[in-house]
Amino acid sequence: MLENRRYIIQGIFVLIGVVFLVKLFALQVTDSSYKFKAERNTRTRVVEYPFRGLIYDRNQELLVYNEPIYDLMMVPRDVYIADTTKFCELLNIDLETFTKNMKLPRGHSSARPISFLKKISHDEYAHIQDELYNYGGFYMNPRTVRKYATTMLANEVGYIGEISQNQLNIDTSGYYRSGDHIGLTGLEQYYENELRGERGVSYKLVNVSGIQKGSYLDGALDTVPLPGKNLITTIDREVQEYAEWLLEGKRGSIVAIEPATGEILAMVTAPSYDPNLMSGREFSSNYQMIAADTNKRLFNRAIQAVYPPGSIFKTVQALIALDEGLIGVDEKIKPRKMHMGDHAPIQPYDVPEGIKVSSNNYFFEVMEKVVQRGDDRSIFRDSRLGLEKWADAVEKYGFGSPLGLDMPGEEGGSVPDEITYDKMHGKHRWAFSTIYSLSIGQGELLVTPLQVANLGAIIANQGYYVTPHLVKGLEENGEVTYLNFDKISTGKSNEYYPAIIEGMVRAAGYTAGVAKIKGVEIAGKTGTAENGIKDETIDHSVFMAFAPRENPKIAISVYVENAGWGGGAAAVTAALVMEKYLKRVIDHSGWFDRETYIKESKYLDNLKNDNH
Amino acid sequence: MRSEGGIFGNLDWSVVLIYLILITLGWFNIFASVYDAESTTSMFDLSINSGKQLLWIGTSLILISIILIVDFRIYESLAPLLYALFILLLLAVRFVGVEINGAKAWFQFGAFRLQPAELAKFATALLLARYVSTTGVKLSNFKNQFVAISIMFAPIALIMLQPDLGSALIFFSFSFALFREGFPPVYLLTGLSAAVIGVLTIVLPMETVAVVVLGVGVIWVLLTSRTVKNILLTLLIVLASIGFGFGFDYTFDNVLPTYQKNRILVIFYPNTIDQQGAGYNLNQSKIAIGSGGLTGKGFLEGTQTKFGFVPEQSTDFIFSTLAEEHGWVGSLVLVALFMVLLFRITAIAERQKSQFARIYGYCVAGIIFFHFTINLAMTIGLFPVVGIPLPFFSYGGSSLWSFTIMLFVLLKIDAHRTQVLTRG
Repeated sequence: MLENRRYIIQGIFVLIGVVFLVKLFALQVTDSSYKFKAERNTRTRVVEYPFRGLIYDRNQELLVYNEPIYDLMMVPRDVYIADTTKFCELLNIDLETFTKNMKLPRGHSSARPISFLKKISHDEYAHIQDELYNYGGFYMNPRTVRKYATTMLANEVGYIGEISQNQLNIDTSGYYRSGDHIGLTGLEQYYENELRGERGVSYKLVNVSGIQKGSYLDGALDTVPLPGKNLITTIDREVQEYAEWLLEGKRGSIVAIEPATGEILAMVTAPSYDPNLMSGREFSSNYQMIAADTNKRLFNRAIQAVYPPGSIFKTVQALIALDEGLIGVDEKIKPRKMHMGDHAPIQPYDVPEGIKVSSNNYFFEVMEKVVQRGDDRSIFRDSRLGLEKWADAVEKYGFGSPLGLDMPGEEGGSVPDEITYDKMHGKHRWAFSTIYSLSIGQGELLVTPLQVANLGAIIANQGYYVTPHLVKGLEENGEVTYLNFDKISTGKSNEYYPAIIEGMVRAAGYTAGVAKIKGVEIAGKTGTAENGIKDETIDHSVFMAFAPRENPKIAISVYVENAGWGGGAAAVTAALVMEKYLKRVIDHSGWFDRETYIKESKYLDNLKNDNH
Repeated sequence: MRSEGGIFGNLDWSVVLIYLILITLGWFNIFASVYDAESTTSMFDLSINSGKQLLWIGTSLILISIILIVDFRIYESLAPLLYALFILLLLAVRFVGVEINGAKAWFQFGAFRLQPAELAKFATALLLARYVSTTGVKLSNFKNQFVAISIMFAPIALIMLQPDLGSALIFFSFSFALFREGFPPVYLLTGLSAAVIGVLTIVLPMETVAVVVLGVGVIWVLLTSRTVKNILLTLLIVLASIGFGFGFDYTFDNVLPTYQKNRILVIFYPNTIDQQGAGYNLNQSKIAIGSGGLTGKGFLEGTQTKFGFVPEQSTDFIFSTLAEEHGWVGSLVLVALFMVLLFRITAIAERQKSQFARIYGYCVAGIIFFHFTINLAMTIGLFPVVGIPLPFFSYGGSSLWSFTIMLFVLLKIDAHRTQVLTRG
């Protein structure tokens, strides 16, 4: 009887054994979540950041490169600091920063390294590294930071910084992670994908203390970092530096383009900033300082400022009228009367002479022929039809919308059309007589300095332009891939261009006599942009030009704010920059020193605030 | 009376074989649990646990030789003396022992430590077997029941004082032997019911538990007889159970220290207890075991094992090493080995002519079974984490010695079974 209890006992043994095997089967075979948990325990992702691409000028001169910096890393568990004050002195931080940096984010394992102090320069590094053996739980982690060979070109090159939460949220590539660096402005932003390269990721096995114990899957999933591509820009470093030097202490912009290719040789906005301030440990405080500056140092006037074009626009009026066959090259037109104030006498002009003397009343007549063509008996209807055609034609010259520069932030300006005036005055309640100030580039027209330089290129090319750009090629492993850019024709024909160029050559000698390059014929047109601020009486000095006349190599626009008439500050600056590009040296012979005139703002001495 | 084939001829070689397999597998797994690929330390180096375990295995073989030489009758004679000795040692460890993991359970001799509770099981088994096999002792007799229970509970009480809950629990394994010898099942059922009610009060509100107990009582009455006596008796049991439930619930909530409470709660709510704190051991152990899959990651390839994620890997959590590196198949082999061993021991116990030997055999089976069950259960989250080694497998001299002694004393006695007169 009692012997049978043996089977009960053995039954219990078997029952437990079966329970274990079932439970273990569930745990080991059915439930795969433990496999992931085990990998999460032992696998760590190590990121190797690639070298960001370098930026060169058109002559292979280095503009932007990478310099090693160091992050001081801390393994919280191993930290040993005997003397906090000494430690703070070594790192040049205050006690408050120390306390703040010592605090770990929630859930951060004390065995896992965390950066204690970021972006330590190479000089500081050597000093700190010597002393670091006195402290436990710290080590240096090398990284790179952007360095600039020239303090110029800050707004064009742009800067990089840590990616913001906002950018992370809208990023669809899935490439970026919190803490990554990304181009925030300028070329750094526009060419981010080319410059950044591909980061390398390797998976390591770690033990319970977070110490690496070899590769995961023998490195099968690891990738090596691919360095970014280098940018070959169109900038001529020497010319750029010279142009920035000329505008130092002034407000304004310079855009120089190689007409045949659309390559931007120089792009200056003043005032600007030292790009090295936007790199390194003081990035945040420097950024705050620069951004708060009332001089708007982060505002790229060359592509973001819009001005009424002024007299420069007279060339466009002539081009449209000629292209539409509404006037002839040699046709002399006499203003019927004094429609508006004018420095030029009321007399018959052909196209070159009209441009040379910049006759306001002559261009009134020219534009009236474009706008009121007699297609309708009502002058209101007729003007409306005409202005529509005019606006379409103006836009062909690259006005009214961004040109498509390879840089973020380009403004398009504005070209008014019939809709603009319908809104202002009501449909069929306006005629050419209402809007005639457009004929001399005033009124609702707004253009950027880049568009004006591009106009110079169009005339130099006699009827087309190539989309202006700052980067012409990408270099990878020593091989350069050149980028293609659109060539855009502006009119139906181009046989009338010599007349325009003749007018500009005469104008350069007539209204901008001081702007000369020895032995080079300049074609130019002065302008004066009203600054629109009532109590500031001095207008902006504007000059658009190209040189040499035959086979032009450079087209330029110069804006100098509050510098008076275009024939002064802007024209002389333009001549100097073009001379620098064409001859590489500035000729200082002759009684009139152009550099002194610009650098010392002598053009302000004898101001003639005129509408040339 | 006469020896047929000598001691080696009568020895149960199947058990010896299982024993050798288990200690060898254990040794390899101990090495795996301390293995460091970057270290050149050999498996035999005495600075690591696998080297030391080899020392324990060697000394165990010496112990086996001694046991096989010494007269088999000595254990029955010496039982009271051994028992008294270990009771004294359990008392002494309170005063001169060293504290490890919060329990004052160890004597320290130089670099080595000895845990008296391990061998106290052996002494208790011997005395219990001797007492119950004494002529005239009947386990249906209340006075005899009381003495038997007292022999069991004296060491339990002393070990609880250390406190070492795990070791104390093992002494309840003698219930198997007592049950086999005629101990009334009602006691065991009462104990089992108490355990079930205890678990219920942890996972359910006390009111619900009361309703459940009442329901069981009603069903009992409906299924049996509806006499007044039966109804009253059932009501009494139901009320006692509810009272016990309340008491248990109160003790659990208000008396038990939080860390112990958490060790229990983590069984039922593995995801709500802090996995870096109270739940850490269990969570890591489950990850190691669970990631083993069907066939495991291979010997010395267990990442959780190698990289130190599971605490107490070579001792209490040695099973996680095996399960990670050899998967469910490895677990199956281990469970099967223990099942075969337990069946073999019960078979050996049953074939004894002497009641003393039979009881002792069941005591050994019970102890091994309890260790095996509690150890595996705690590594996979079916039982709170209490420090219980896996017999023959876990690293540790005390544990290996005591299991070797217990097992081979049984084999020695068994080898001489034909020389014993049946006593009753």
